[in-house]
Amino acid sequence: MNCTDFLAKLTDYFDGEIEPELLAEVKEHLGTCSHCDVVVNTTRKTIDVYRGHQPYEFPDELSDRLRKAIMDRCVKSGVYPEVEKSADPQPR
Amino acid sequence: MASLTPSTEPKLTDLVPDLPPDVLAEPPHPDVELVARAKAGDTAAFEQLIRQYERQIFRTAQHITQNREDAEDITQDVFFKAFQKLDQFQGNSKFSTWLVRIAVNESLMRLRKRKTSKTVSMDQDVQTDEGSIPRDFAEWRPNPEQNYNQAELAEILRKTIAGLPPGFRTVFTLRDIENLSTEETAEALGLSVPAVKSRLLRARLQLRERLSRYFGKGKEPVKA
Repeated sequence: MNCTDFLAKLTDYFDGEIEPELLAEVKEHLGTCSHCDVVVNTTRKTIDVYRGHQPYEFPDELSDRLRKAIMDRCVKSGVYPEVEKSADPQPR
Repeated sequence: MASLTPSTEPKLTDLVPDLPPDVLAEPPHPDVELVARAKAGDTAAFEQLIRQYERQIFRTAQHITQNREDAEDITQDVFFKAFQKLDQFQGNSKFSTWLVRIAVNESLMRLRKRKTSKTVSMDQDVQTDEGSIPRDFAEWRPNPEQNYNQAELAEILRKTIAGLPPGFRTVFTLRDIENLSTEETAEALGLSVPAVKSRLLRARLQLRERLSRYFGKGKEPVKA
């Protein structure tokens, strides 16, 4: 297995969807190719850093405002004509 | 919001009488019942569905559009459209995947409007192999985030993912950030599984290359 073959299998390798025979070849390649080993390590960290640090905030205030706006539109659309707005919000 | 839910809750088979036996054999996803109740006029059930998925839909829209105001509008539009089309939801996919699909379409439409002279689609940025060829082979620092505070790190992550073409950004967002399976991502984007895998590979490698500028070993921290 060369570096190009390895890259073609990288997604399956990360996702644990690689056949056992190919997995052995991938591991063998990683044991001998420091470049591909770095690519695997840093790509895994790329995924981890995005999963661990959501760059966009979604505060409760925004959540409440959006949900109220959506429900207002739904009720005004007339699909639920018999429903009246309650003074009490639903508990979280 | 008042609820039309009766005090004695109906069984799922009362709400959806023609469910096939194999569906009844396994415990249904809780969303199936919530959707059925929402279809039957229970606004509290629909509000619960909003609570469950508004964050995911907002994040997905913001990742694709890179604009917070657009993401707010899209989140409202997605749930309102879903509400209007509840009868069309057949339960062949997860309700969340159905919502994500609407969110992706709405987000790409926003990008098209913003760039009126350019077409924005899932296919616009897949003609090149650029991004599949790693160039930076420096290992990262053991804990690459520690050179930056939270605000700086958030800015780095925003800037880096914003630099990806929309098609790659969308696949990475759904698959690696929102944790959809490859099959769910394919379904949400209307792509084949091999196409998702191919784009995911390029997206991951391009992001890795761009983050290496900040996190690479031996490199001075780059201020966001």
